[in-house]
Amino acid sequence: MYIGWGFLKSFGVTARRFIESYVDDLKWFLKGGFGKRYTPEALAVRQRPSTARGIFVVQYPAERLPLPERYRGFPFLVYDEDPARPRCTACGMCARVCPPQCIWIVRASDPATGKPLREPAQFHIDISICMSCGLCAEFCPFGAIKMGHDYEIAVFERQTSLLWNRERLLRPVSYHAQIHPTAYAEEAAKAQKDE
Amino acid sequence: MSETTHPEADALIAHLQERFPGAVQPSPAPFTGLIVAREHLVDVATHLRDELGYRYLASVTGVDYPQGMDGLAPRFEVVYHLCQASGAPLTLHVHASREDPAVPSLAPLFPSAVVQEREAWDLLGIRFEGHPDLRRILLWEGFDGHPLRKDWHEVYYEEDHKPFESRYPAGEPVQAESRTPLGNNLRYPEGWSFEDWRPMVDVWGYQAHDAVAQEDNPDFPLERVVLNMGPHHPSTHGVLRLLVTLEGETIRRLEPVVGFLHRCHDKIGERNTWLGNMPYTDRLDYVCSMSNNLGYAIAVEKLLGVEVPPRAEYIRVIMAEFTRFMNHIIDIGFTGNDLGIYFTAMLMGMEERELILDLFERVSGSRMMCNYMRFGGVAHDMDEEAVALARELAFERLPRAVDKVDAYFTDNEIFRARSVGVGVLPPEMAVAYGCTGPLLRGSGVPYDLRRADPYSVYDQFDFDVVVGQNGDVYDRYLVRLGEMRQSLRILQQALDRLPDGPVMAGKKQALVKVPAGESYGRIEAPKGELAYYVVSDGGTNPYRYHVRAPSFVNLGVLGEICKGHLIGDVVIILASVDITLGEVDR
Repeated sequence: MYIGWGFLKSFGVTARRFIESYVDDLKWFLKGGFGKRYTPEALAVRQRPSTARGIFVVQYPAERLPLPERYRGFPFLVYDEDPARPRCTACGMCARVCPPQCIWIVRASDPATGKPLREPAQFHIDISICMSCGLCAEFCPFGAIKMGHDYEIAVFERQTSLLWNRERLLRPVSYHAQIHPTAYAEEAAKAQKDE
Repeated sequence: MSETTHPEADALIAHLQERFPGAVQPSPAPFTGLIVAREHLVDVATHLRDELGYRYLASVTGVDYPQGMDGLAPRFEVVYHLCQASGAPLTLHVHASREDPAVPSLAPLFPSAVVQEREAWDLLGIRFEGHPDLRRILLWEGFDGHPLRKDWHEVYYEEDHKPFESRYPAGEPVQAESRTPLGNNLRYPEGWSFEDWRPMVDVWGYQAHDAVAQEDNPDFPLERVVLNMGPHHPSTHGVLRLLVTLEGETIRRLEPVVGFLHRCHDKIGERNTWLGNMPYTDRLDYVCSMSNNLGYAIAVEKLLGVEVPPRAEYIRVIMAEFTRFMNHIIDIGFTGNDLGIYFTAMLMGMEERELILDLFERVSGSRMMCNYMRFGGVAHDMDEEAVALARELAFERLPRAVDKVDAYFTDNEIFRARSVGVGVLPPEMAVAYGCTGPLLRGSGVPYDLRRADPYSVYDQFDFDVVVGQNGDVYDRYLVRLGEMRQSLRILQQALDRLPDGPVMAGKKQALVKVPAGESYGRIEAPKGELAYYVVSDGGTNPYRYHVRAPSFVNLGVLGEICKGHLIGDVVIILASVDITLGEVDR
């Protein structure tokens, strides 16, 4: 007969976890020099399956977790040197593969001859219905569209600000290299091999 | 490739043709299975069930062929998938006229058809004669028409297939919201008005109450009351409404009312390109998006006939098993939550889930909406760091977590007092109602698709099918606990033997053309049999895309297993059935 034992044990679990979470927090608070508790060193231990203990609360927005490289936020357009010359050739692959059909492109044409050029005159993404699936970036044949790491895109009105135009979408290639270091290195190696 | 070329299938057809002359014929290629004459459907199904062991009706759905296909006349078609204790399902096609589609109901033979035939009536308008309760199930009475008919168009209809030319490249960019403004997007059936409308489901609820109220005690009918639980009840795991007729605290009748999250996933699926459906499958059962991806990929790969490279198969298994572990530990946590243990148990589950989600995010780019599988492989390879994390999880962290859950729950007297003998589901009833997953195995039926009809590379792993004995809430918990351990066994083997090589067969294709035909791709998802029935007409979009959702079918038995229990037990019985409303309502 152990009536009451499971009851006591379950309360013990609650109490232990309650205390543990504070002890762990305090430990990293002291280690981090009375500052941030989620430094990269702390997270390497606290988020790693073999060493993680308990659940911790990150004091967002004062502190943030780092994002993994493949994190899919919202798409951005890449330009190499000149924002007027993005990598995009207006082939429309992204618009065709996009499941919610939120990409809208107009191909530029030569003002003198009227011939279509290999660049977009307009490029819009309706971020209000973008589902962050990343298919556009995956299937872009020119590496011109990538998934960014922004997630704070709240605005005060939703009629116009969520339709991102070309200017809003353009980012330098250095940004791509910064948030996707491994992928960028792979692309660079591949480009070198092709030459 | 077609099933009818198998000698067994030929023998079956010959046997049925001899037994029921003129009733059965093989489907013309590229379709599979049999065409059964409408008049003989019930006889053939009875024979299949009683004599040939097809006791489990996995799926019932319909397809609209207004133009006809491959020489057959314009028609509605009802498609049944019947299963034996192991092996691939048998497909039955029944044709119905386009003007007045009606087929005999199989609900009296297979109770699992009750909810699925209601769904087919709701979305396609096929009448099932002899169905005990043929009402709309996912949509409401004020909805005009049956949306899965090919000639049905929504209010802001653009085109049949994506990519919509209307959005590219002429005109002005318009935001989605101004394209479909509120206020003018509803269409009611003719002669229907809000003033006269009384929700049918409520009428039903009170009628049933009146009926049961008077059957026992005609002098004092007020002993019984009808209670509405939900749709905003915190323990219903989503937007689910339960109509309960009570006598005192004892449940006399219970009916789940679903459809609050309905977005006609099937119709969206027909509009999308084949690949474009992949991220939508994430949103079905949003706890287990990797499994949903896997099921859809398998269904389409059957039509495409691609060979998935071994590394990709192993990565798929790894992801699917992590998903199963995550789903079960969360479900056990929720059971604890519903029992009144508050958040301790659930946070224990969340803690492990968080680490698994970190792995998913690292590999696929998103925590919950993974969109990871592709036809012929997976989207990205697992890098070394990800494999290391997965190994730490599978070998060190998660085994400890299962032991912790085991230590805290299995012998806890409060948990046992609330769960032993509660919500008993007898094995015969479980099979008849088409229950799958831990709900079925908890009743002692060792039916696991990883064994019964192996897919992917599951035949290469050593694992046990966990079964319970009594079919109560406690046994379902034990089955989940055991399955978590078996998942870890599979994970450990898969991670040890993870081969090198490519993760995609050939080059990734954005607009896939799928050969004409039909396929029923099914997997053992954490909640049960998740199957995708897809029909292709050879184009870049599915002709028909149907999801056989385990939660939806499992929910059909809830009313039966709650009968006679106390109202306080409903929440834990529901937690032990384990539903996700994103999948129930689709």
